[in-house]
Amino acid sequence: MRASGDLAARGLRVRYGAREILKGLDLPPLRPGEFVALVGPNGAGKSTLLRALAQLIPYQGEVRLGAADLRKMKPAERARLIGFMPQSLSAAEGLSVLDSVVAAMRAGGETIPVAEAARSAFAVLERLKIGHLALSALDQLSGGQRQMAGLAQALARDPEALLLDEPTSALDLAKQIQLLEEARRLAGEGRILVAALHDLTMAAQWADRILILREGELWGHGAPAEALTPAMLAEVYGVSGRVERCARGRLLVLADGRL
Amino acid sequence: MTAAPTSAADQALAAWSRRNRRRALWTAALGLLALAALTLDFFLGTAMSLGESWNALWGIGGASSRQSFIMHDLRAPPALMAGLVGAALALAGAEMQTLLDNPLAEPFTLGVSGAAALGAGLALALGLRLPFIPQEWAVSANAFVMACAALAALQALTRWRAGGPQTLILFGVGLAFAFSAMVSLTQYLASPEDLQQLVFWTLGSVQGATWAQAGLMALVLALCVPFSLRAAWRLTALRLGAERAEGFGVDVGRLRRGALARVSLLAAAAVSMAGIVGFVGLAAPHVARRIVGEDHRFLLPASMFCGAALMSFASAAIKLMASWNGVGLLPIGLMTTLIGLPVFFALILRRRAA
Repeated sequence: MRASGDLAARGLRVRYGAREILKGLDLPPLRPGEFVALVGPNGAGKSTLLRALAQLIPYQGEVRLGAADLRKMKPAERARLIGFMPQSLSAAEGLSVLDSVVAAMRAGGETIPVAEAARSAFAVLERLKIGHLALSALDQLSGGQRQMAGLAQALARDPEALLLDEPTSALDLAKQIQLLEEARRLAGEGRILVAALHDLTMAAQWADRILILREGELWGHGAPAEALTPAMLAEVYGVSGRVERCARGRLLVLADGRL
Repeated sequence: MTAAPTSAADQALAAWSRRNRRRALWTAALGLLALAALTLDFFLGTAMSLGESWNALWGIGGASSRQSFIMHDLRAPPALMAGLVGAALALAGAEMQTLLDNPLAEPFTLGVSGAAALGAGLALALGLRLPFIPQEWAVSANAFVMACAALAALQALTRWRAGGPQTLILFGVGLAFAFSAMVSLTQYLASPEDLQQLVFWTLGSVQGATWAQAGLMALVLALCVPFSLRAAWRLTALRLGAERAEGFGVDVGRLRRGALARVSLLAAAAVSMAGIVGFVGLAAPHVARRIVGEDHRFLLPASMFCGAALMSFASAAIKLMASWNGVGLLPIGLMTTLIGLPVFFALILRRRAA
């Protein structure tokens, strides 16, 4: 699946009651094939931004994917363009992983026969290396397995853009790497991939570009080496830290202490 | 001859299909159980033996016209009504539990029963009736209109203050308390004879049902079921969380409004025809869920069959008890709870133990 154009947003405003979470945020165009990491302290608006991009919450402003104004689309059409994986996944008792991915495919009003939906659903599970969990009940999976099942659900409709909200939060190191590798591959096929991440070293290792959010505004963005600087750590996170290169040339973000 | 080696995908998909077939078979078995219960309820009665009932049904073996009348006009409509009301309450309960993401939800959680009771109370105790409605329909019509009004108020409130399921539940519980207070007021004002009628009505009964009422109940069910089944995949997706479902392309707001409208219609019709029959709407979907799981393609029909079976067995039990000790027919609302509770507990406890 190759995205038909850039994902871009202008003047995004979201408020919860009196509190303004996003303050007229302009998102630089996110290009097909690009893996973008969204970073920033807690409460900076990362999840809110992803939800607004996925059209799951009301917002002011404009979100476009290529030529399409996402807000004007019907939910079922939109779901073919954008897949969203929330941070927490509730697990309905007695639904298997395969059931949930088939439901993800069919719920938007798709008319593909169930057997065909099940076949492509299983292909998604195999791709994520959780084919062996197909018939396991969702409520009996470990946190990490559930996260992978959630990714499978988001991928079910083969969307052009994939938005992942802290996809690695429940995963051990090996699983984090597996998920990020997969995310890289999905981007490599021409999708737009945005993931909110907390681990800056991981973000530096896997992402093409890093978007930094602070207090509902875009503080800056750029390739990892440009975006991750001691000045950024101080200003955005309130932390004194260093960004160093290891012997292999990879960036390491080291936090020394609070400012 | 050995089968050709199959891929992991084929094996998993075959296992998945087998599991779905098993769920479909269980659903069909529950349907047969409901049918058997309905038949049992139909043939049981205080006035005639089983053999006489059979003869009277077909007009053979020297059955009198009185016996034939009993079978066709006195027994058939209540038996049918019991099954239909059970199915309607259970379907409403199943959709409600998914809709509100709350295992305790049932059609009456949101004050429907209270509103219907108030409508009945106004007709029975205070003589306040809708114009142009024949006498025999007055109580049902009042109950139906009040139940629909309660749910319309609820829909309006949730639209006005967009909120999630929690808001809806809180509004509903608030309404339920308000109606309950008003029902108490009508009871306080009612004469002793009216009060007795009102109390009997609130305990639930299908014994007075006519063909016209049973037909109307069947019509309501026939109107709602296709829409419910059409929404099955969307409802299954909703079990994964409203945000997930929205992400899959489900218009969750629309799904909620549609399901709430169906639930309103089903619950209002059931309550207005049979009075307040508790527990079926809560327990039947849980029993069905234990048997066929959360896939709403199976859960919705299985719930209906469980509800119908529970009501029919309760109705049959009432008749058996009446023929044994001559206490008269107990209200069915009591019996559904007494019969359903052990089954309900057993299934829950077995699950916990597993």
